[in-house]
Amino acid sequence: MKRVPWLIPTLYILFLMLPIYWLINMSFKTTNEILGSFTLWPRDFTFDNYIKIFTDPTWYNGYINSITYVVINTVLSVAVALPAAYAFSRYRFLGDKHLFFWLLTNRMAPAAVFALPFLQLYSAVGLFDTPIAVALAHTLFNIPLAVWILEGFMSGVPKELDETAYVDGYSFWGFFFKIFVPTIAAGIGVAAFFCFMFSWVELLLAKTLTSVAAKPIAATMTRTASTSGYELGLLAAAGTLTIVPGAFVIYFVRNYIAKGFALGRV
Amino acid sequence: MNKTVNQKAWFFVLPVVLLVAFNAIIPLMTVVNFSVQETFGDNVFFWAGVQWFEQVLQSPRFHAALGRQLLFTAIILLIEIPLGLAIALTMPRKGPWVSVCLVLMALPLLIPWNVVGAMWNIFALPDIGFLGRLINGLGIEYNYTRQPFSAWFTMVLMDVWHWTSLVVLLCYAGLVSIPDAYYQAAKVDGARPWAVFRYIQLPKLKYVLTIAILLRFMDSFMIYTEAVVLTGGGPGNATTFLSIDLQKIALGQFDLGPAGAMSIIYFLIILFFSWLFYTLMMKDEAR
Amino acid sequence: MAKITLQDIRHAYGPNPESDEDWALKKLSLDLADGGAYALLGPSGCGKTTLLNLISGLLTPTEGRILFDNADVTQASPEQRNIAQVFQFPVIYDTMTVYDNLAFPLRNRGIGEKEVDARVREIGKMLELDHMLNKRASGLTADGKQKISLGRGLVRSDVNVIMFDEPLTVIDPHLKWVLRSKLKELHHRIRRTMIYVTHDQTEALTFAEKVVVMKDGQIVQIGTPIELFEKPKHTFVGHFIGSPGMNLLPCTVEGGRAVFAGNPVAAANAAAYKGNGKVLEIGVRPEFVSFGAQGIPVDIVKVADAGRYRIVETRHQDHSIKLLVAEGLVLPTRQAHLQFDPAHTQIYEDGWMVS
Repeated sequence: MKRVPWLIPTLYILFLMLPIYWLINMSFKTTNEILGSFTLWPRDFTFDNYIKIFTDPTWYNGYINSITYVVINTVLSVAVALPAAYAFSRYRFLGDKHLFFWLLTNRMAPAAVFALPFLQLYSAVGLFDTPIAVALAHTLFNIPLAVWILEGFMSGVPKELDETAYVDGYSFWGFFFKIFVPTIAAGIGVAAFFCFMFSWVELLLAKTLTSVAAKPIAATMTRTASTSGYELGLLAAAGTLTIVPGAFVIYFVRNYIAKGFALGRV
Repeated sequence: MNKTVNQKAWFFVLPVVLLVAFNAIIPLMTVVNFSVQETFGDNVFFWAGVQWFEQVLQSPRFHAALGRQLLFTAIILLIEIPLGLAIALTMPRKGPWVSVCLVLMALPLLIPWNVVGAMWNIFALPDIGFLGRLINGLGIEYNYTRQPFSAWFTMVLMDVWHWTSLVVLLCYAGLVSIPDAYYQAAKVDGARPWAVFRYIQLPKLKYVLTIAILLRFMDSFMIYTEAVVLTGGGPGNATTFLSIDLQKIALGQFDLGPAGAMSIIYFLIILFFSWLFYTLMMKDEAR
Repeated sequence: MAKITLQDIRHAYGPNPESDEDWALKKLSLDLADGGAYALLGPSGCGKTTLLNLISGLLTPTEGRILFDNADVTQASPEQRNIAQVFQFPVIYDTMTVYDNLAFPLRNRGIGEKEVDARVREIGKMLELDHMLNKRASGLTADGKQKISLGRGLVRSDVNVIMFDEPLTVIDPHLKWVLRSKLKELHHRIRRTMIYVTHDQTEALTFAEKVVVMKDGQIVQIGTPIELFEKPKHTFVGHFIGSPGMNLLPCTVEGGRAVFAGNPVAAANAAAYKGNGKVLEIGVRPEFVSFGAQGIPVDIVKVADAGRYRIVETRHQDHSIKLLVAEGLVLPTRQAHLQFDPAHTQIYEDGWMVS
């Protein structure tokens, strides 16, 4: 009976890896081989698809653009969320509960609702087709999430820590950066992880707000599919490469994943 | 925690409020604007009152999209929540395999949604995709580009593949936080495994299960990118869910009025159900 | 009710224990009489919780046997051994009422509802929970919840041993005393074997008939509170029990008498010293040191007022000696001399009392 539990996670992980394997499989094949025959591993193993992506600016710029706005967004979201979460955790003020609730409702807003209005808004302020636009647009969902996560972790730190620091002579900002932030470092890591995750995977707004200069990799992929008619090997390589940053990030936070998903509140 | 009253706290929340308001209020106002006005082009607008709302709420197209969306979300919740919980229960709690499990399970969550759609698009093709070949090879006729049922099947399978790990990780975090003493006491009391699940694990998982259900409800109700890349809403209208339909109307047909009205109705539906779920699940805590 | 015997028990948590540190419990044997009230006392990490879990069956020993009434239960589960355990923080089934919590162990064994009802009400009355039997268990205070935990153990009429793993940790200080008395009263009433793990000597000494003092995975001494106090077999016992702990002074033994820093000291066991030990010490509790006209000359360093008595710290050369004096005693102003009660002064060789 002890063996059976092991079976379930193993089967599940196999199920998860299968489509990913298929993608990687295709990325090392030529498009001819993909369309011409059905093989479980590449017959004519080739790096051509990857070489194309690394050498062609239209392709690798897509990655650079995507990483750019994701990083800007993560830094921005966490930076502004920190003081706000602190306020929610430590203070009561006029309208605090309603404010918190309003922030959370933004997470519930369908991106599709915002696509057209965002297009108009960001064009109006002249930010259309820049990474900043996407970074800012994503803060709509990421800031509430970051505030929620950080507030959970901060509430786990007793107020006595703050008071002790003041007695010891720290100014507020001295206390905040030298004592408080290190204490909730795990929470900041979790918040940053989720912000990275949601910004990296969200594509509707990213595509709507960009056209040429700040085009994310997703847009490049879809254009390739329609214009040059299904260069499958190339698409597969591009897709595989988008999995890499995510894999890196998870690997780094793997020890915090369990704690992090409880968002500090368990 | 004993919070002190301090109105100066507003300075702390100001950056957040400004950023979110910029992104939320102005666009929402635009949407509201569109929803109550009519235009014949050239930037000339007329007041239209609740005309668009009535039109949308009575349109068969909207009903159809809403119906498909409700069905899809219901199927998703019914599969992913119990499945995620079951997998979390069978995962090892300690030892070297834990990290490996968690990392591999989290991988689908970090793949850009268009790549998820593209992956499954090809994976499920009847001629060059592994899944497509497999199912057809078993003698079942399967082509998701032509058959609505196959399209639904593929869509659900893709979403389960994509998001179940979120439920697993949430439930796992909850399970890991249950102190050993509870399991020990249950052993001493002679409790059977089912009783342990029902009286110890399930109650302690209430909070994370609520988060899981809320998140999966909201995100599946808003599904767009992966669905569009997989089926484009087809064959025909078979998998045109609410977001897809909204996009067609707004950015495709540029019907701003109906799009605006539909957006508001859409948003309100999500808010309502989220509030409902949250209140129902958390009602025991408010004592 | 059962007599418990541990034979040559050794336990290690890791898979391949090699050196001494790998063993959480070094080899020990222990006999616990039926119906006794025992305390396992020692600092954190001394192995007392390990020992408790071995007795209850939550752990299986790496080596050795455990017997309940001469029946080998080494491989038996906690349920089979018929034990009850109360943990450090209250473990209750949140979704059930107090009544259902107490009934749970009985129902799991398939006992009929009428008997369940009788037992639950009886135990409820004993623990003063009877007026809240229908309340949700999660709504009780910490001490109420611990009572429920205790109740789940008592409700089985044939329970062999009840074990407590630092059960008063989360209880408010003013309630600790109430619960402690309740436990002792309970023991008198039902005469079941009770084993109480704690690092707090007050809890151990007030609850137990016999205390098992442990350190570093070994049993250092077993005795009644009085025995531990008056005749500590190890310097650790002398130092750990009593507040302040025993005075330990380096000494030598010459001609059958103990000598401390040039001063002869009469010790009860000086004659028994065979003489091979490396570290020799005199141990005498502050309670048995007093000022006298003659004796070891000391300077008074500090006087602390502890209410009904005072703790006086004195110095002789480099050594600090503490003694307790009554409230009203006038302290010597000029040269003070200390005398040790010979009957309560012992010589310790490498930590162990010479005998």
